[in-house]
Amino acid sequence: MAFEPRIIGFLCNWCSYTGADLAGVSRIKSAPNVRVIRTMCSGRVDPAFILKAFQLGADGVIVMGCHLGDCHYQEGNYKTIRRIPFLKRLIGGFGIDPRRLRLEWVSASEGDRFAKVVNEMTEEIRALGPLKLYVHQESEQAAVHV
Amino acid sequence: MAKPKLALYWAASCGGCEIAVLDIHEKILDVASAFDIVFWPVALDFKYDHVRAMEDKSIDLCLFNGAIRNSENLEIAELLRRKSKVLVAFGSCSMEGGIPGLANLTTKDAILKYVYTESPSTVVQNGGVFPQTQTKMPEGGIEIPEMWNTVKALDQVVPVEYYVPGCPPQPNQIWNVVEYILSGKPLPPVGSVLGAGEKTCCDECSRNKKEKKLKHFYRPYEIEPNTEDCLLEQGIVCMGPATRDGCGALCPAAGMPCRGCYGPPPNQLDQGAKMVSAIGSIIDAHEPEEIEKILDQIVDPVGTFYRFSLAHSILRRADKL
Amino acid sequence: MKHLKIDPITRLEGHGKIDIFLNDEGEVANTYFQIPELRGFEQFCVGRPVEEMPRITTRICGVCPEAHHMASAKACDAVFHVEVPPTGRKLRELLYNTFFAGDHTTHFYALGGPDFVVGPDAPAAERNILGVVKKVGLEVGGKVIEMRKRTQEVIKMLGGKQTHQVTCIPGGISKGITEEERKQIEEHCIWFVEFGKFTQQVFNDIVLKNKAYVDLILSDAYTMKIYSMGLVDDKNRVNFYDGKVRVVGPDGKELVKYAPNEYLDNVAEHVEPWTYLKFPFLKKVGWKGFVDGKESGVYHATPLSRLNAADGMPTPLAQAEYEKMYSTLGGKPVHAMLAMHWARIIELLSAAEMALDLIRDPEITGAKFRTIPTETPTEGVGIVEAPRGTLTHHYTTDERGILKKVNLIVGTTNNYAPISMSINKAARGLIKKGVDVSEGTLNMIEMAFRSYDPCFGCATHSMPGEMPLVVRVRDTDGTVLQEIKRS
Repeated sequence: MAFEPRIIGFLCNWCSYTGADLAGVSRIKSAPNVRVIRTMCSGRVDPAFILKAFQLGADGVIVMGCHLGDCHYQEGNYKTIRRIPFLKRLIGGFGIDPRRLRLEWVSASEGDRFAKVVNEMTEEIRALGPLKLYVHQESEQAAVHV
Repeated sequence: MAKPKLALYWAASCGGCEIAVLDIHEKILDVASAFDIVFWPVALDFKYDHVRAMEDKSIDLCLFNGAIRNSENLEIAELLRRKSKVLVAFGSCSMEGGIPGLANLTTKDAILKYVYTESPSTVVQNGGVFPQTQTKMPEGGIEIPEMWNTVKALDQVVPVEYYVPGCPPQPNQIWNVVEYILSGKPLPPVGSVLGAGEKTCCDECSRNKKEKKLKHFYRPYEIEPNTEDCLLEQGIVCMGPATRDGCGALCPAAGMPCRGCYGPPPNQLDQGAKMVSAIGSIIDAHEPEEIEKILDQIVDPVGTFYRFSLAHSILRRADKL
Repeated sequence: MKHLKIDPITRLEGHGKIDIFLNDEGEVANTYFQIPELRGFEQFCVGRPVEEMPRITTRICGVCPEAHHMASAKACDAVFHVEVPPTGRKLRELLYNTFFAGDHTTHFYALGGPDFVVGPDAPAAERNILGVVKKVGLEVGGKVIEMRKRTQEVIKMLGGKQTHQVTCIPGGISKGITEEERKQIEEHCIWFVEFGKFTQQVFNDIVLKNKAYVDLILSDAYTMKIYSMGLVDDKNRVNFYDGKVRVVGPDGKELVKYAPNEYLDNVAEHVEPWTYLKFPFLKKVGWKGFVDGKESGVYHATPLSRLNAADGMPTPLAQAEYEKMYSTLGGKPVHAMLAMHWARIIELLSAAEMALDLIRDPEITGAKFRTIPTETPTEGVGIVEAPRGTLTHHYTTDERGILKKVNLIVGTTNNYAPISMSINKAARGLIKKGVDVSEGTLNMIEMAFRSYDPCFGCATHSMPGEMPLVVRVRDTDGTVLQEIKRS
C-alpha cells in the first residue's frame, strides 16, 4: 500500500482555522492528510506538542497562524515566528528533516491558500517518506515524573 | 527492632552523588545509626551475590544513581527493584539520563570506532581490536557487559517510586529528604519529586530581572557579564526558565549560566521544548532573516537544552544524523 | 581450572571486576582485572561548544571533578590561544590545591589508613574509619570530617558548586573573591596546614614506628620496578596544576620531559579485547605486555611516581617530609607501591602549604581574573595532575569553537597496566597450594590496588561527628561497643 503521510496541523482559531473552514465550505479540494487541531492562537502551540506529535507517529507537523500584524492577541504570532524556526533547528539536531515542520500564515479569507499549503506539504512529506524514530519502538513507561 | 535497610548503588555514574551524600558531613552519622546499610559498593564490601541472596522487598530504601547504558546496569536495576520496597531515582543520571545521556546523540558503533581505532593515542592492531562481551583466554572464559546503543533513565526500565533531581543533588536537599524519611511522616504520593522545589531556577536566582528583549546572544566566554542582572537578559543562554528549582541557583551566583541539571520544571516533559518556547518569546526581531541570524548565535541547542535530560526527553535520542 | 570472581570491586570509585584462575595445584594461573563500562565522552562531546567542556567533563568523575575542570579549562585556554591573567591563574591554583588536600585526606584516612592502622589481615568489617578511630582515637574521625567540610566550603566559594564546579572558562575564571572571603579562606588554609602536619604525625606513629609495616611496605610482593610519571615546574619540583610531564626510569634517570602538546609523541594506548579500558604505555619504550622493568613501556602516574619524577617539593614542610621518606626507604626512586600512601600525605601537606601561600598573595583579590579570547579557536592540550595520575585533555575545534575531536587520557587509566600487574602479583603471593581461599584473601588482593587510587573510599558504617557531646561507637551490626560523653 502506498505511503499516506500523516500530518498534524495546529491551526489558530481566528485566522487559519476559519480559513480551513472556508476551504471546506467552498468545496476546494485538498489532500485529506492533515489532521487539524485548533488552538486559540499559533502562539499557544507549545513546542512540546510538536515533539509529541512526532513521537506519536506524525510524519509531518504544520503550524498555521494569522499574518503578522493581524494576530487576535496582538503578538502571539510574533512568538511563533521565532519558535518554529528554532524548533526546526532542534529537530534537525535529532536527525529529523526540518522540512517535516512547517509554519504558514493563512488568513480567514484564504481558503484556497489553505488548500494549496496542505497539498504542497502532503506531497513534500510523501517524497520524504514515513518518519521512523527510535521512540516508535519504545512503549510508554508508567510513572512519568509528576 | 531491626533498623530499616538502606542500599545505594551507582550505574553509569561518576560518583558525584555518592560524594553529595557524604557532603552532609557529620549528619552521615545519623544516617548510619538510623539505617542498616546493606549494599554500597563505593564504601562497603558487599558484592552482587549478597544482594541476590536477600529476600525480595527486604531493602526498605534504595537510592539508585547513574544511567542505564549497559547490560550490567539493567541487571542490577532489575535486581534492586525486586529486592527493594522503595526505589528512588537519585540524581540527574537515573532520573533523566544525565550527561551520559548525551551519548544518545551518537551511536554505540561510532563510540567504539573512535575509542578503539580513531583516537590519536590509540595503537590500532590488525585493523582494530574491539572489546568483546565474551573472551576465551587460555585459562578460561571471561566476560564484560554489553554496551547498548541508547542510554536510558531508571524509570524507563523499572518502575520507580520517587525522584531526587540534581547533578548532584545538593547536600542540604539530600538531608531534607533523609530527615523527612526518618521523621516517620507519611510519604508523598508515588511519582513525586523530592528534595527540590515546584518552580524554576529563576525563582531562586538572586539576579535582577527586568525586561528580556534580545537582539544578540553571547557564548559564556565572549563577554564578562555583570553580577547583578539576569544572565539571560545580558544575552547569555541560561537554562533557568526550563529548570526545576531546589539547587539555590548556585551557578548564576558564580557568574555562570544554569545548564539545567535539576531537570525540567513541574508539569514539563521536555527541557528543550521549554527553552525553545522561552527563548522564542524573548528574541527581539520579526524579520525571518534577522531571526535566523540571531538563532545562529545559539550554538548546539540540542546539546545545551538537553545537557542532562536527553534520555528522558520526548524524542529520547537522535536518529540518523 | 577453578575460577574465582570478585564482582564488583568495592571501596573505590568506578566499576571493575577481577577474575582469578587457579590451576589444578591450587595456584594462580592468571588474573584479569576488567573494566566493564564505557560511557563515550570523547565521542559524544563532538559537536559541543568547547567552552562547555569544563562543565561537561567534570561528570567523568564526581570525586575529582576539579581535575577535569582544570585540565579542560587549560585545554580551552590553549584552543583559544588565550592567556589567563595572574589573579585568575592564582584563583584556579588555589581551588586546585584545596581540592588536592581534601581528596588526599579522604583517601588516606578512610581507605589507606585502615590498611595500615588496623592491619592488612584484619577482617573487612574492621578495615574502615571506625577501626582507625578505635586504634587512634575519636579525634581523628572528627578532624577528617572537618577537613572535608572546610575544603568543600572553599571549593564552593571558588568553583561555584562543591561537586561539578562551574567557574573555570577559557581565559580565566568567572568570579573573584572579596577581602572578606579572602580572610575566611585564609583561616581555612591555616587549618589545612595544621591538619597536614597532624597527618604526618599520624602516619609516623601508626606506620613508621611499626617495623612490621615498614617491612610490608618494602616487601617484594608489593614492589614493582616501572617508570614514574609526574608534572614538574621549571625547577623540577612537583606541581599539581601546571608544568611539563617528566618521566624517569626504574633507575631514576630522566627518560623524557614533555610539554602538553607533545603528549602524543610520548604516550600511546594499547587495546585488549577483554576490557573496555585501554592501557597507556610509553611510546619511546614500547608495549611489551604486562611486565615490569626498563624495557617495558608500563609506567605509573601516582603520588609516588610524582615524587620519584621530581627533584623535590615546592614547599618547605613537605620538602622535609620528602627527604625523610626517601632516606627511610633507601633512596630514589622508590618502587614500593604501598609507599604511595606516604607520598600521598606528603602531597596533602604540600597542597595545604601551596593554598596558604596563594591566599596570602596580594594578587589573589585582584579585579582582573579573566581575559576575553579574541583569537580563532583551533586545537589545544591541557594537562594537570589529578590526585590519581596525570590527566590529559586534548581538543580540536572548528573555527567557531565547536568540537570536532576529543582525546582524553584520564588519571587512573595511566595505571591500568600496573594495577593489573599488582593484582596478579598479590594473588600469586597470597593464594598458595593447599590454602583455602577465603573472602579475606580476596579482600587482600583488592587491597593491592587500593593504594594506587580509589578515587575515594569513604568506608562508613558509623562515624563520630564533629565535637560530639555523646559519641557511640558501634559495630557493623549496630551493637554499641563504647559510649563516650563529653561535656
